[in-house]
Amino acid sequence: MTGVLEAIKAAIPSAGVEFLKNPSPCSQDSLVVAANDARVVAEFLRDSLGFDFCSNVSGVDWPARKVKVTVLEKETVEGVETEVKETIEREVPGYLEVVYHLFSIAKKSGPLVLRVRTGDRDRDVSIPSLTPVWKGADFQEREVFDLYGVRFDGHPDLRRLLMWDEFADHPMRKDYVAPDDFEYEPTPHDEILVKVKAITEAA
Amino acid sequence: MSYLPSLAPSRTIDVSLGPQHPSTHGVFRMNVTLDGETVVKLQPVFGYLHRNHEKIAEGNSWLAAMPYTDRLDYICPLTNNWAYALAVEKLAGIEVAERAEYIRVITAELTRLQNHAAFLGFVLGDMGAWGTALMYAFREREKILDLFEALTGARMMTNYMRFGGCRCDLPSGWLENTRKLVDGFPAFLDEMEALLTGNEILLARLQGIAPLTPERAINGSLSGPVLRATGVDYDIRKVDNYGIYSRFKFRVPRGSVGDCYDRFMLRVLEARESVDILKQAIAGIPEGPIVNPKAKQRGFRPPAGEAYGRIEGPKGELGFYLISDGSDHPYRFRIRPPSLINLTLLEELCLGTKLADVMVILGSIDIVLGEVDR
Repeated sequence: MTGVLEAIKAAIPSAGVEFLKNPSPCSQDSLVVAANDARVVAEFLRDSLGFDFCSNVSGVDWPARKVKVTVLEKETVEGVETEVKETIEREVPGYLEVVYHLFSIAKKSGPLVLRVRTGDRDRDVSIPSLTPVWKGADFQEREVFDLYGVRFDGHPDLRRLLMWDEFADHPMRKDYVAPDDFEYEPTPHDEILVKVKAITEAA
Repeated sequence: MSYLPSLAPSRTIDVSLGPQHPSTHGVFRMNVTLDGETVVKLQPVFGYLHRNHEKIAEGNSWLAAMPYTDRLDYICPLTNNWAYALAVEKLAGIEVAERAEYIRVITAELTRLQNHAAFLGFVLGDMGAWGTALMYAFREREKILDLFEALTGARMMTNYMRFGGCRCDLPSGWLENTRKLVDGFPAFLDEMEALLTGNEILLARLQGIAPLTPERAINGSLSGPVLRATGVDYDIRKVDNYGIYSRFKFRVPRGSVGDCYDRFMLRVLEARESVDILKQAIAGIPEGPIVNPKAKQRGFRPPAGEAYGRIEGPKGELGFYLISDGSDHPYRFRIRPPSLINLTLLEELCLGTKLADVMVILGSIDIVLGEVDR
């Protein structure tokens, strides 16, 4: 994994790539790639490092959350300066993340976990599509768009995959609230129900 | 100069195939544009069976997702169970009991046999050999489902694997019955081949239909038999050596041109290799506990982290991508569905073929809608 990171840094010095440690025993660490550089890095991985197989594309939702951070602060009490540990809450803005699991069929190696993050999950949800690099990402990116609302720039056919086209929301987001009845349509029956309710309440 | 009267410009017809169509293997729809009988455009439409399995799993405990995995590819519940158990074991670093490893291999290879048997019947049905071939295939499949019922209590909704092992031990006499079935299975394949493989109609309907190059197949993330039919030597049982597959001797069959015939015959050859694995596993199964006593099932809380675990399912690479935040339910539960991803190149394969070939091409990819739509 660190070898891959060094190879990317050597070939594309301007690319924003960071190493992210995975605490799990399986040690599948990942590389976080800046959205602007994602296409270049993906092409380099495919053409030069042999990662020809984009196996899995997953969306992950990370809502805004508060993280407690301990900081050292200097405090002056009666002319004496002392250092005090203080715990403050810091707001981490929410973002959406798309995780690509890459394998190399030629070298029989992998997985290489590639993460691309959007900006604020409510406003800035565009990242470049990797479907032009790996055709296999086509339906999976459509699914991420459908269920998470990530917009993939440069995707050849970005439509909803599983939900119907008129559906407005993105059901896999953590703050999604399902309606009581997905197929609810107002009918004349509802007016009668309102009248009945008014009568029974008056009585 | 032409002596023929000028023909009207060719008119294309849009046909909506499915979702209720006997050859779409479930509620799958294709919007096909036809020029005469030739396909000029094909758009698959998904979602008729969508119930957002991933969301349901994220709201339940880790163990409660296990019975849901049966309902993904409901033809092969035991491999689904295994893929999920394997991903969780990777995530939390759980060792699997030795006897359970053998039981997993035996049940997974039995699953492959009955999947491929059903596949042969379905594809022949798609080609017009409606009924008879499917009955022969399902006769074999029923025998294997009887074994599943004796072992797990259910023919299809098995819910059998557990983290670090399996739910219950083999009932008495089960191994003996399995051995008999495995010994008799090649006779079914021989019978199928004697009746069909050299059949002129079958060859005409399969050979040279929708060939695929290995480069396209890899770039399109195809996996399993569809990938190997193009000549790529990539079997996750060999590459990852998950479970105890490194202990068994078996070959990886490959195709050469990746047409429908290669995809069809590859399943027959794979079934023969599965029979070999089964014989070795039945001979080598040890006594012992069937589940790792240290592995917790109910109230299980894996440490924070993530893991991607995959197996060679009968339909292709079945993977589970799990993120844990240390709580009693998955933070992210993602399934890599081979049935859906193998359809990526469906349009490319179908363009230029006749409408009747579309059924055969779809059949040769082998999908189950429970997994496509999740």
